[in-house]
Amino acid sequence: MRKMLAVISITMLLLTTATAAFAAGTIKIGGLFAVTGPASFLGEPEKKTLELLANELNAKGGINGSKVEVVVYDTGGDATKAVQLANKLIKNDKVVAIVGPSTTGESMAVIPIAEKEQVPLISCAAGIKITDPVKKWVFKTPANDHVAAEKILIQAEKLKQKNIALITVSDSFGSSGREQLKQMAAKRGFKIVADEVYSPKDTDMTPQLTKIKAAKPDAIICWGTNPGPAIITRNIQQLGIKTQVYQSHGVASKKYIELATPQASEGIMLPAGKLAVFDLLKSSDPQAKLLKDYNTSYKKSYGVEASTFGGYAYDGFQLILAAVKKGATTPAQIRDGIEKNGRLVGVSGIFKMTPADHNGLDLGAFEMVRIVKGDWVIVK
Amino acid sequence: MELLNQVTQFVISGLATGSIYALIGLSFAIIFNSTGIINFAQGEFVMLGGVLTIFSLNVLQLPLAAAIVVAVAVTTVIGILFERLAIRPLKNATPLALIIITIGMSILIRGVVMLLWGKDTQALPAFSGTDPITVAGATLLPQHLWIFGVTVMVIVGCRLFFNHTISGKAMRACSFNRRAANLVGISVGRMVLFSFVISAAVGSLAGVIIAPLTMTAYDVGVMLGLKGFCAAIMGGMGSGLGTVLGGLILGTLESLGAGLISSGYKDAIAFFILLLILFIRPQGLFKKGETERV
Repeated sequence: MRKMLAVISITMLLLTTATAAFAAGTIKIGGLFAVTGPASFLGEPEKKTLELLANELNAKGGINGSKVEVVVYDTGGDATKAVQLANKLIKNDKVVAIVGPSTTGESMAVIPIAEKEQVPLISCAAGIKITDPVKKWVFKTPANDHVAAEKILIQAEKLKQKNIALITVSDSFGSSGREQLKQMAAKRGFKIVADEVYSPKDTDMTPQLTKIKAAKPDAIICWGTNPGPAIITRNIQQLGIKTQVYQSHGVASKKYIELATPQASEGIMLPAGKLAVFDLLKSSDPQAKLLKDYNTSYKKSYGVEASTFGGYAYDGFQLILAAVKKGATTPAQIRDGIEKNGRLVGVSGIFKMTPADHNGLDLGAFEMVRIVKGDWVIVK
Repeated sequence: MELLNQVTQFVISGLATGSIYALIGLSFAIIFNSTGIINFAQGEFVMLGGVLTIFSLNVLQLPLAAAIVVAVAVTTVIGILFERLAIRPLKNATPLALIIITIGMSILIRGVVMLLWGKDTQALPAFSGTDPITVAGATLLPQHLWIFGVTVMVIVGCRLFFNHTISGKAMRACSFNRRAANLVGISVGRMVLFSFVISAAVGSLAGVIIAPLTMTAYDVGVMLGLKGFCAAIMGGMGSGLGTVLGGLILGTLESLGAGLISSGYKDAIAFFILLLILFIRPQGLFKKGETERV
């Protein structure tokens, strides 16, 4: 009888642990990315990164004994679709947290849903309004545009450039950058002598640059994503403008130098996320190893270099995981966990999330680099 | 003096951009005249020209001249397939239905190119260097001369073809009156096919010569197509000098608008002028009412 009881209790024990393990089963994380459409240069590496990370983690046996499952939907860069898919992720797939969306517009549209359904949303878009003012359930991993703008202006200050000219793209990235630059330039005592814009699909910016040339600035700051800045760089060479040019972090990839040609881009400075220059970092840099590992495994899986944009999803995933590692399983626990993660080394920088700061990055997120002979050199 | 130099630069930049619009406008007009449809996949022919040249150059390792020939030839074949598979099978379709088909076709071409070659912007090396040339205080690039040169050649070529060859005259006959042309033994179907061939070739050529300046990607065709369409409308959808002037005027106004008024309103200025022309002279700037349309 005692033997029988022992067997029964052992079986019971096994059963209960089995169910417990089953309940812990998988951790479902949602991804909302603009994999197709105009913002696909953001969404594609983000999706690939998220899938890569989940596969790597599961191959190592998962986290706390449970596997991670990622459910990724393609928003096509459309805010309406992003809202529908966010609902689907929360209600049908029952994810514990969402990484994405890729663009500021989509993120702003999805925020009310995350707030209402109480699911942590870790946006991969740069717009400052996503986390300013702070929303309880919303975080973001890219550094704010104003951090990059500040970095440029600090450099210009060092070189005693007082009169600056702006040329910005007329989309949300450009207008946000333009606003930040103007605000900060006024605060730091710069004089804006020209303020030009161009459309994302423009093919020739010589008219704007001719105007800028006539205004005789000490420095030109261009804010946009490819191909615009590359065309502008070539136009500047064509017009024989010798002024110092700054680009934004939006073109911090070798692709920009290739498009603009190394001759035309010689001497241009820009704030770059550390991933772009990981091989130039000192080995003592806390991010150096992580960046190298990320780039190696991304390259191994997809045959191309990892991009800063994929890094946004990388950081989102790590933020969630760090919280899960400490025992968080429900959306609410994960949210609290992210806020209490403390210092977390990521691709975009070193995160210090607090209840008052849901981005957690500072000026250290960027390195100022100069283009010399078609390659990056870190500006001291 | 300063201002004068600036204006010269605006005008020269505008003329260069305008020539591109003119070429694309011409290829719109050629198809419109023989079929009565506006081919909204025209911008995609332009994109194909650039993308295929880069592909032949980088992947097939062809020399530049051969790469250009391959790109134009392949685009022309795509134009033929387009006409054979999507336009011809519809015997009695209304022009509206055909226009919708061209829109569908443009989305299809864009999608296929995106899947095959990715979404990255690519650049073609300049044909003859990037050392700027100074003209009256303004600068332009050797590539701009290529654009001007090719535009002039295409215009002269079109003029000779439409006025001095049997096929060209037959195409004009179709545009005057399809039924009558058919009655005198002109194969209207073949002329429609011809128009697609010429238009695809001209469009892709435009795409090739601008790729070193403006770079190219799967989605550049949309805006270029739209601007080319504006040029054609300004010229009254004729394949002659009207469209060319339309393109040049559009390019110059854009550039002057951006330079002298505000770069924020650049496109608005161009489209405002387009609307004005449509209200005041719907037959085009340089036309005396209804005359020939080739």
